[in-house]
Amino acid sequence: MIKDQYILGIETSCDETAASIVKNGREIISSVVASQIESHKRFGGVVPEIASRHHVEQITIVLEEALKQANMTPNELDAVAVTEGPGLVGALLIGINAAKAFAFANGLPLVGVHHIAGHIYANALVQPMEFPLLALVVSGGHTELVLMKEEGQFELIGETRDDAAGEAYDKVARVLNLPYPGGPHIDKLANESDGAVPFPRSWLEEGSYDFSFSGLKSAVINYQHNAVQRGEEINPNHLAAGFQQSVIEVLTKKTLRAAREFNVKQVIAAGGVAANKGLRQALEETFTKENIPFYVPPIALCTDNAAMIAAAGSSKFTAGKTGDLSMNGLPGLELKSWN
Amino acid sequence: MIWLGIDTSHTPLAVAVMKDEQVLAEYKSGMKITHSIGTMPAIEELLKKAGVQANEIDAIAVAKGPGSYTGVRIGVTIGKTLAWTLNIPIMSVSSLEVLAGNAPFFNGVVCSIMDARRGNVFAGIYMNGETVKESHMSLEDLLETLDEMGQPVLFVGMDVSIHWEQIKEVLGDKVQYATAALSLPSAAVLIELAKKQEATEVHATVPEYLRVTEAEANWMKEQKKNGK
Ligand SMILES: [Zn+2]
Repeated sequence: MIKDQYILGIETSCDETAASIVKNGREIISSVVASQIESHKRFGGVVPEIASRHHVEQITIVLEEALKQANMTPNELDAVAVTEGPGLVGALLIGINAAKAFAFANGLPLVGVHHIAGHIYANALVQPMEFPLLALVVSGGHTELVLMKEEGQFELIGETRDDAAGEAYDKVARVLNLPYPGGPHIDKLANESDGAVPFPRSWLEEGSYDFSFSGLKSAVINYQHNAVQRGEEINPNHLAAGFQQSVIEVLTKKTLRAAREFNVKQVIAAGGVAANKGLRQALEETFTKENIPFYVPPIALCTDNAAMIAAAGSSKFTAGKTGDLSMNGLPGLELKSWN
Repeated sequence: MIWLGIDTSHTPLAVAVMKDEQVLAEYKSGMKITHSIGTMPAIEELLKKAGVQANEIDAIAVAKGPGSYTGVRIGVTIGKTLAWTLNIPIMSVSSLEVLAGNAPFFNGVVCSIMDARRGNVFAGIYMNGETVKESHMSLEDLLETLDEMGQPVLFVGMDVSIHWEQIKEVLGDKVQYATAALSLPSAAVLIELAKKQEATEVHATVPEYLRVTEAEANWMKEQKKNGK
């Protein structure tokens, strides 16, 4: 009989302090997330120094809660997995140094996890992953198409050349004077809309899987600017819907084209923007028609959490890839295969 | 009783292991290294040299700042995580007090400083073993305060050299520099200072930055301007 494997995951790359215990890379035993959104709201975005200060205040509380909810002691764990990058460097360092101290004190191996690998592996907690697999990762910091031919293998086939999708959402939300974070508000306005401003779609050169959202963002800003100059009221629903339709159409069509080209068995969406209702629906419809299984994790696993880090860490640990006590935070870390 | 002391609040790294009144091992470095990379390996190596297992540590002493924000956080995070998971007490001591602790026998005022850019410093003023003041202030204000105290002053800290000319200009013959050798923090001194303190609740052990973030300062200014 194979012994069960328990991984403690730690995530502090942005504005959530999170810890989780995951069994065999598939089953969440406990998952704790301390969100800082309230502290950053008044600044209209995440302030890195404030994020770091909160992480130090929360880190041991969150770790204790994760062990308590799992009713486990450190000696029942097999390894500690922590987000090594990318992210805000000062924020990453809190999770990493806590992970190192915890691993050292309890004689546990340490596994450094790429944040995007974590987002992708959030799916393993819901549905067994089948390869080749295509992942659309969309969040405040990332817009990427990642092809996985095998477990633990990553090929970046497309990424944003300027703004991440989530960034564009936040900027457009500011144009509409919506509170931070803007994504859910735009999603709501768009879903309730009875019309849409026809904004451009950015396809880039033929065959490219890359993305660009800065042109769309400028088009939205210009539209609002011109309306103000003409003394016209803008319809926020129409603006939100027009913007969202442009983002969704580009994301969906590029994902579909890649899914066909690489003949994938599964398509998954991951990251905070994957919580967007409009995007989920469009992807679901597209891949149902195409007859390719499409999965998106529940919202709590789309936004930053530590269960996804433990899940990815489980695969990497199983592959025998561990780090050591000199692990550092790497804000620009590249996604590398571990198999 | 075995103590582990950690100070990463500024450029230097200081780690020490003490058993009761004996310093088992101590490490310090004044080079610009990345605390995030170097601190845990230094702790591991020092404990090995001292023949101490992690689970044999009875208490943690950590320098809580002020200093480099990131630096302070690394030491405090490591210290509080160790204390929490080993279920042992943690004491946190002002990083400025640790520096001043290098000169306990000076007859007069001991002033430890760390540069805080744009003409500002983090400064601690101590006399007869008592803390007179610890604050983030302009060097100008600090020198005025020290001048008014009318006592001989001993400066401690590796950043003293950056400002020595200005210090000398204001305080003249009253002022001395503790030398480079006494300007690196000692984690053994940190432990001795910690022994005099009550343990803090581990989750509530956080850095003392002595300064709000720039974003918060700007926000408060905005609020005032808008009459809120
Ligand atoms: Zn994320």
